[in-house]
Amino acid sequence: MDELLTIENLSIRHAGRSLVSGVSLSVAAGERVGLIGESGSGKSLTALAAIGLLPDGMTASGSVGLAGRQVIGATDREVVGLRGAVAATIFQEPLTALDPLMRIGGQIAEVVRRRVRRDGRSLSRTEVLAEVMGLMARVALPDPARLARAYPHEMSGGQRQRAAIAMALACRPRLLIADEPTTALDVTTQAEVLKLLEMLVREENMGLLFISHDLPVVGTAVDRVLVLRAGELVEEGPVAEVFGQPRHPYTVGLVEAARAFDQAIGAAL
Amino acid sequence: MTDTTPVLAPPTSMRVTPTFLIGATLVGLHIVVGLLTLVWTPYDPTAMTGGRLAPPSLAHWAGTDRLGRDLFTEIMVGARIALSVGIGAVTIAASIGVTLGLLAAFASRTVDDVLAATLDILIAFPTLLLAMLIVAASDGASLGTAIFAIGIASSSIVARLTRILARRVLAMDYITAARVSGTSWLGIVRIHVLPNIWPTLIVNFALQFGLAVIAEASLSYLGLGAPPPNASWGRLLQEAQATVYTAPFGAIAPGIALVSLVIGLNLFADGLRDVADPTRRRR
Amino acid sequence: MSLIDLTAVSFAYGRGRPVLDGIDLRIEAGHNLGIVGESGSGKTTILRLLLGLVRPSSGDISFRGAPIDPGDRSFMRVFRRAVQAVFQDPYSSLDPRQKIVDIVAEPLRSLKIATDVDAAVAEALSAVDLPREAAGRYPHEFSGGQRQRIAIARAIVSQPELVLADEVVSALDLTTRIRIVELLNVLSANTTLVLVSHDIGFVALLCQDLVILEKGHIVEQGPARDILSAPKHPYTQRLLESTPRLPDFA
Repeated sequence: MDELLTIENLSIRHAGRSLVSGVSLSVAAGERVGLIGESGSGKSLTALAAIGLLPDGMTASGSVGLAGRQVIGATDREVVGLRGAVAATIFQEPLTALDPLMRIGGQIAEVVRRRVRRDGRSLSRTEVLAEVMGLMARVALPDPARLARAYPHEMSGGQRQRAAIAMALACRPRLLIADEPTTALDVTTQAEVLKLLEMLVREENMGLLFISHDLPVVGTAVDRVLVLRAGELVEEGPVAEVFGQPRHPYTVGLVEAARAFDQAIGAAL
Repeated sequence: MTDTTPVLAPPTSMRVTPTFLIGATLVGLHIVVGLLTLVWTPYDPTAMTGGRLAPPSLAHWAGTDRLGRDLFTEIMVGARIALSVGIGAVTIAASIGVTLGLLAAFASRTVDDVLAATLDILIAFPTLLLAMLIVAASDGASLGTAIFAIGIASSSIVARLTRILARRVLAMDYITAARVSGTSWLGIVRIHVLPNIWPTLIVNFALQFGLAVIAEASLSYLGLGAPPPNASWGRLLQEAQATVYTAPFGAIAPGIALVSLVIGLNLFADGLRDVADPTRRRR
Repeated sequence: MSLIDLTAVSFAYGRGRPVLDGIDLRIEAGHNLGIVGESGSGKTTILRLLLGLVRPSSGDISFRGAPIDPGDRSFMRVFRRAVQAVFQDPYSSLDPRQKIVDIVAEPLRSLKIATDVDAAVAEALSAVDLPREAAGRYPHEFSGGQRQRIAIARAIVSQPELVLADEVVSALDLTTRIRIVELLNVLSANTTLVLVSHDIGFVALLCQDLVILEKGHIVEQGPARDILSAPKHPYTQRLLESTPRLPDFA
């Protein structure tokens, strides 16, 4: 299989404290992998390490391969090249990921132009514009021509996250890393964005690393899941196995808690 | 992940940085000298004690001025004047500024807008200009008018800072919780707002103190400060100006005194900030 | 007995569009009520109205049959003692410069409730399963879940009849969340709860009655059991369908 991300024995330390230790995982093209954990579990740090964006003062050891290229120990220049070309990332709060002073169409166009430059080609203004419109339609943003001229604050949370996804797609990445992409959204919007992500990953045959604290969301969004707790993997396997017959007591507790909330809504469906 | 609540620094024990220590030492030195002049000076500051414009010697550590007065004595007295102006001006700035800032923070949108605009206009006025206007409007220059003028001028800066800080605190959920708990607005100011904005305000007061010392020197230099025979550093500088080539020490000595106090105050303020804000310290 | 009644209540900020429009709502003692809505539904504004923090643009809000009048001091003291609240963000809802004992004691002091403050605080802390020693410490020494317990202790220290909770578990981890639910469940034996949340699952765990809000209007209200098993309004149906659930892997 075409392995896009291979993390082996990753450890992250900060000021003498171990934040992540001995985490291994891999994501192949077309594969949807979930990383679940509560606050302080190290799930977001693992994602940042995967794209070489750990905060200053944190040191990673082990091995992180993006499409076969080593990230740990690589120079900034090497990793920057890998980031757009191999992996694109969506974060929890699209408002902080978008430039507040720039129209949304311009922000997407900038990513398109950067990708084209990376490939050593060039596109005319109209070609870039056409691609931006195409991307916005792809993420089901309504009325792309009008919305392209909007500033982030003029859009709803769901629209902003769609725009962030469009920017990620503009890189034509082979791996999508989504860190709590729906946590800040309303329930009904969340359902739509999850559906969109699922469709995009399937149609583009991308790999997906989905990071979340929300069991039901992860349960529906991925095929394989890893459970992180205090920086260590406690359980991994196909979703049906891990959530269907959890073995580790911690996972059992998580599943029971999630089921309690589900049962409260009952047989509503 | 760690919690990031920089504005809301939890109470911490004092941790002394080298900056803070140097600042505190410099400021402390000036305070000791200033207090000392209340009971003792090497010479009578107004008495002619030696030759005019004498260079530094064992008898006159900083030499003498053009009337033959002991310069070191005058500089010591100048420290007392600088400190009184600083204390007076900061006290005025703090009482007016904090009150106005809190009022603006609590006021309705319209009142706040008016107050904020007024403060912005006041800030745009150079302190010196404002001080000149006040001195011109009063009977004449005195130590009191200088203190008053500088205090009023700095109060607008304090007010604006207070308003911003208080607004930030008022947006917190614990303020809503306090209202739900039946705490009055005055209670909210006393229990929640002031304790949370105090550390930042104190730092600003220390900086304002330094600015006030400079402003006083400038006013005295222009003859708008404490009139003779008060030995303000600014007046010493002004008097030494004519003879700066023949007797440079007359300008150098008060200059060193002024700069050392202001640098001391700024370092002290920086040190206070490090103590008050643990997020800066962790670096 | 009805505690708070909202009759034809509308609310708008300044001259803007109404955030709430024509709200009729009754909160009865002993019946936990869940107010469910997404962003822009007006649920936070309802909460602020129920707490007497803002006045309705039109309509009436009454407490035990008497209109809520912020100007009437003695009335407000009775009202504040009876109606308390817990907020969403456990980090911003506790003053970082106050000790836990002072945070929890604030309603007692502000409302001048004559009682042994230390004993009342200790009792409230033990009701939320925090040790007595917590009283002498500061908020930053506690985790998010523990902070939310402290906020709950503050809300129950005056022995209120009604506690309003605004998204109290949204910021918490799943395992912490379930413990807070258990705690609220125990507390609801003595206190009526009004839970405002976007999370219908959380609300359904604790409330007998539900109100579904959409864009400032109540689209559906009634017993939770009925609404959950047979939602009538399309929005309620969509909300229930959208709520993610762990698939049944059996």
